[in-house]
Amino acid sequence: MVFEYAPAPESRSVVSFDSSYGLFIDGEFTDGAGTTMKTINPATEEVLSEVSVAGEEDVDRAVAAARKAFEKVWSRTPGSERAKYLYRIARILAERSREFAVAETLNNGKPIRESRDVDVPLASAYFFYYAGWADKLDHAGFGPAPRPHGVVGQVIPWNFPLLMLSWKIAPALATGNTVVIKPAETTPLTALLFADVLRQAGLPPGVVNILTGAGPTGAALVAHRGVDKIAFTGSTAVGKGIARAIAGTRKVATLELGGKAANIVFDDAPIDQTVEGIVNGIFFNQGQVCCAGSRLLVQENIHDELVERLKVRLGTLRVGDPMDKNTDVGAINSAAQLQRITDLVQAGEDEGAIRWSLDCGIPTNGFWFRPTLFTGVSQSHRIAQEEIFGPVLSVITFRTPAEAVAKANNTPYGLSAGIWTEKGSRILWMADQLRAGVVWANTFNKFDPTSPFGGYKESGYGREGGRHGLGPYLVEGTTR
Amino acid sequence: MSPTTTSAAGDRRLGVPKTHKLFIGGAFPRSESGRTYEVTTSRGAFAANVAQGSRKDVRDAVRAARAAQSGWAGATAYNRGQVLYRVAELMEGRRAQFEADVAAGEGMSAARASAVVSAAIDRWVWYAGWADKIAQVAGNANPVAGPFFNISSPEPTGVAGVLAPQASSLLGLVSVLAPAVVSGNTAVVLASQERPLPAVALAEVLATSDVPGGVVNLLTGRTAELAPPLAAHQDVNALDLAGAVGAENVTWGELEAAAADSLKRVRRPAAEVEPDWTAEQSLRGILAYTETKTVWHPKGT
Repeated sequence: MVFEYAPAPESRSVVSFDSSYGLFIDGEFTDGAGTTMKTINPATEEVLSEVSVAGEEDVDRAVAAARKAFEKVWSRTPGSERAKYLYRIARILAERSREFAVAETLNNGKPIRESRDVDVPLASAYFFYYAGWADKLDHAGFGPAPRPHGVVGQVIPWNFPLLMLSWKIAPALATGNTVVIKPAETTPLTALLFADVLRQAGLPPGVVNILTGAGPTGAALVAHRGVDKIAFTGSTAVGKGIARAIAGTRKVATLELGGKAANIVFDDAPIDQTVEGIVNGIFFNQGQVCCAGSRLLVQENIHDELVERLKVRLGTLRVGDPMDKNTDVGAINSAAQLQRITDLVQAGEDEGAIRWSLDCGIPTNGFWFRPTLFTGVSQSHRIAQEEIFGPVLSVITFRTPAEAVAKANNTPYGLSAGIWTEKGSRILWMADQLRAGVVWANTFNKFDPTSPFGGYKESGYGREGGRHGLGPYLVEGTTR
Repeated sequence: MSPTTTSAAGDRRLGVPKTHKLFIGGAFPRSESGRTYEVTTSRGAFAANVAQGSRKDVRDAVRAARAAQSGWAGATAYNRGQVLYRVAELMEGRRAQFEADVAAGEGMSAARASAVVSAAIDRWVWYAGWADKIAQVAGNANPVAGPFFNISSPEPTGVAGVLAPQASSLLGLVSVLAPAVVSGNTAVVLASQERPLPAVALAEVLATSDVPGGVVNLLTGRTAELAPPLAAHQDVNALDLAGAVGAENVTWGELEAAAADSLKRVRRPAAEVEPDWTAEQSLRGILAYTETKTVWHPKGT
């Protein structure tokens, strides 16, 4: 007998959005000089609010406010005081966590279970962690009396809107920089709510400025002469454009870009844990994760058994209303992203890989993609080479550890990798060989404020998180 | 490189000048282009004809560097430290030649040139000592909030393209080369265009030291011709632009823009003039060519 789940919806009423938002500059919301855009709930296509599209004039104002705040206030604020502002922010986020989780799910489409248990608690934890560094920078290993750059321009993606904001703002403020940050085009709302956290924390005006907009706003921020440092998370193509745009200047950048992680399973792996790890690796956040384990490299002799077990496990995933606490897989973030996933999956079929998709109902409104896996994938297939950024797993086989390494490293990306085996010496050998910034052994998609994150090769440079994450925000604080 | 020498007995004899070649994959080929160019002393006297490397030579050097990289990175840090230290030992044994080349090329007194050579040798010693300490200083355990082992350590970036300084032809060269290779990167170095002779002498030291072939590849030629293909090469992972300062027809910003296409790690010149290479070095030079890898594993019984 199979019991059906009763719906367990989270309450929508814990958050209220304004009907429209301006730009948060110098401590207050002001009207933008440009146009506006609507922001929606990708699970329903309902309009949630209307936000400003910042133009060059607005970027000018925000950068000027950040510069003034840096010179007049923030650079004269002792580390011990900066720390306390950050601690306040961490605490306020924790107090308002339910509101932020609901807001994130409404604007992003991710399951409330994830925004509640991962995004928001981690966002608070990153502020709490970096708060403690603010008055200890002399001990961080970047030489005596390390200095901030000044004004930092930050551009963040839509997959973890609040969490990426915390990854960016917390280390920037701890090191004494001031910030102009641009949330992603499709997910501006938690950043705009965050402005109210800053008000409650009493952060001096201009220390953090929030500009909504799309690509051109980000480009204007990156190119602005008053910005000393760039921190960007997003696609490799845009990252290369940023590197080109700041070439020959004194501006420096941290780039956290795309990935095509290999999740490598040996025949002695603990199979049940491995299946859970694979599912978490590629279906967490609908696969819209730069470090997602999107290539499953499985030792040939256990391929059939593992794929069968995966299909059984995927059959238990609940796809649908992100606000339902039972939901495992929510909505794709935008129509554009859904189109990209659809195109690449079509390419997989056209190139001869074998597609299997979960047989489940999906809502009629909003943007949805059924969890999918491909077998019979070869290294040259587009679904083995290109970042899909969706709930799509490509299964590839190998025979020897050396072959697994060669296939895993056969990508221009190098963000993350997974290893599943009970043999300790093999884990350590594999971890040495894999060209990736984060290697998860017998686990996957774990994040922590103390743990550096970032890529090799075309997955970008610089690290976020941990002691290493301070370096890029300090002059001469080189860590890669 | 004096064309004549005088024996103890006072007889003059005609010297045997050296043919200057490139250093690629542990061998000394001529440029595939067959070209050479004339190098003069700081006073304008003929010093030597040196190989004028080509784009093809750059590609060959990158291929040699790539082939050598995993082996060099896979050597123990202790071993890399010993190998670098031995470079210092061998330079010490040939310091007369280095002093003569530096004095003639950079227009220094014998005493100054001797001090520069001493500093260059000591610089190898300094970096050699870092080999097995980088990971201890730049890496650390991370106390994550959960039952996991978690550690971050630096690893070499891969193949580094190095534009050696134009003015400081030996000390500057060592100061940008040693930090690149100490962590396990391999390097393709463009020697100072007008003062390449100490670089060629260094290549000869490297060839007879314990540095595996391909770990350091040294090209002589026109910086403006060789730097762009090196900066744009898709199989080069990092780029040091020190030698763009003062190089004719070279703009470091353009090279950095070319490097953006493969997201190379670029070490910019700190200023538009060459720094004082005698100044104390820092760990930053080494870390510019490293990546931080973080490994997680659950803890349990």
